[in-house]
Amino acid sequence: MTAAVKVKGAQRTGVDWFLLFMRITLISFIGIGLVAFVAQQIDPTNPWATFWHGEEGASTLDWPQFQGLVVTGLSQGAMYGLIALGYSMVYGVLGFINFAHGEVFMIAAFTGFIMSTKFDEAGWWEGGVFIPAMILTIIVATIVSTFVAVIMERVAYRPLRGSPRLIPLITSIGVSFFLQNAVILLFGPGAKGYATFPDWLDKDRVNIWQIGTSDTGIPEYLFSIENKKLMVIVVAAISMAALWYFVERTKTGKAMRAVAEDKEIASLMGIDVDRTIVTTFAVGGAMAGIAGILWGILFKSVIATTGFLPGIKAFTAAVVGGVGNLGGAMAGGVSLGGAEALAPLMVLDPWGITGPSQLRDAVVFTLLILVLLIKPTGLFGERLSSEDRA
Amino acid sequence: MNDDDKKSPEFASGETDVATTETGEAPAKDKGNPILEFRNINTHYGAVHILKDVNLAIYPGEMVCLLGGNASGKSTTLKTLLGMVTPTTGEVVLDGEVVNDKPTSYRVERGITMVPENRRLFKRLSVAENLQLGAYLRNDKAGIQEDLERIYSMFPRVYERLSQKAGTLSGGEQQMVAMGRALMAQPRVLLMDEPSMGLAPALVQTNFELIEQIHQEGIAIFMVEQNANMALSLADRGWVLQTGRVVLDDTADALLANPDLRKSYLGEA
Repeated sequence: MTAAVKVKGAQRTGVDWFLLFMRITLISFIGIGLVAFVAQQIDPTNPWATFWHGEEGASTLDWPQFQGLVVTGLSQGAMYGLIALGYSMVYGVLGFINFAHGEVFMIAAFTGFIMSTKFDEAGWWEGGVFIPAMILTIIVATIVSTFVAVIMERVAYRPLRGSPRLIPLITSIGVSFFLQNAVILLFGPGAKGYATFPDWLDKDRVNIWQIGTSDTGIPEYLFSIENKKLMVIVVAAISMAALWYFVERTKTGKAMRAVAEDKEIASLMGIDVDRTIVTTFAVGGAMAGIAGILWGILFKSVIATTGFLPGIKAFTAAVVGGVGNLGGAMAGGVSLGGAEALAPLMVLDPWGITGPSQLRDAVVFTLLILVLLIKPTGLFGERLSSEDRA
Repeated sequence: MNDDDKKSPEFASGETDVATTETGEAPAKDKGNPILEFRNINTHYGAVHILKDVNLAIYPGEMVCLLGGNASGKSTTLKTLLGMVTPTTGEVVLDGEVVNDKPTSYRVERGITMVPENRRLFKRLSVAENLQLGAYLRNDKAGIQEDLERIYSMFPRVYERLSQKAGTLSGGEQQMVAMGRALMAQPRVLLMDEPSMGLAPALVQTNFELIEQIHQEGIAIFMVEQNANMALSLADRGWVLQTGRVVLDDTADALLANPDLRKSYLGEA
């Protein structure tokens, strides 16, 4: 590190060399992995594959498997994207990362659990009344999460308005612990299972164009998706489109963007800054609420710590897309979900890493490091001068 | 300075000011009641006393300017007028009503708007969106459209750049958008904070011509300006602030002729 002290100006310091080394290592690791993946798809017993996987060579990935991974990645990524929007919007308006946002998502998933069991007891969780019950569940969970986000702003963050940004950031970690433990206190620390979804949602699939039959006689399709994943993707896409319309086209959305850019001038236009900030939290909370229910549909269980990992991953998605940029948050979420689903088999497996699917979390955070190393502003982020952000 | 002759000097308002030195010229027209007034305003930031017994009055359709050096309280005056700073004592009066506790939006709705220092456009929003936000508190769609068209004809350059992000415009164009944005609020009093600050010298003249043009439409202008010569050559009346106190309150012509002022603000030894 002495070099970092001695060398000044245009010359590279020790830290720069280390970062360059990290960039090259990570990119070559991924690049070689991808090339090796293509190679083992073509010839599973090529020298590279036999070196890492032994004499019998690597296992190949067939189209239905690949397509299944893409669908899984997309549906999870859509959820990350929905949550990431909340991080990004609050960051845009108040300039801090609200780490309690993951808990808003968790509370929505919990609300979904409560609603589903109640509906199940009433016999409404099946048959013709399932769809209205499901819609009601989504609405109630969204309202609850919106409410939680708004209360959070009022109680925890508004009193800190005008203090250095580190203070609300630390507070948000406190709020996160508070909400997690409040849920444990109310519902216990165990995992809660959703009432069983009807088969048409949970098990049935949409199949398009049969391309063959597998060795065990199961038909294979060019495109096949479970109904629940299709629903997750569709609901997420509709929500994102609605949010886009709201932010870009409505008066309130314009006010929101104006407040994000310059609060003083926004108030000079007659915009009520406090109310706009509340709206921001509310909209972010609603998006997290929808994501929470989608999580329930996909994984059918919820626990007090459910918010943590998706929350952190959504935060990663927001950073990958360029924090403060809503399109970036969505794109970041989807690419993160895709990477998480595909990278274990397409990058890690060709390197002979066993059980690569266990490493999906590592993939996500490696991607975060990679983005921070190569384009710290995120894929769509613009470099903000300190003046802009002050 | 070049168009002094078209000014008709007017009386300083009859308000009791610290250093009123009225000249005996007859008022050009009856001013009616002031739109906006400061009555013995004192403002503090913590323990620091910023404005000291300041009295101001802005009448419909006039052009007035506030001069003063750094830290004389010019910005605080504007913030207090707009309700971004609450005075410790004294009254801010809008149309005869004390508005000390009313938020900025209340005053904007009643026709008080500011073109801020350095323009402060929403740089990441389009020019059109900037203009729309100027009319944020208005709901009369037809009127807004009419005003937009008026602004387009006033600033054809702005019309050409409607869909562009405001941050990509040149300084002069940004100034036009900033004025357009303020006009969209249908102001009766337009507060201008250092309008020539940060503009290329060639644009300063154009800029003052634009201000004059807006003034011709019957909008009262309250200008805070470092460029005292230029400001006084346009304005009817002016005040000079020194460490939070109004030390001079006179017609623009009298101020221009004031030897003390010439010495301290107009850079003449």
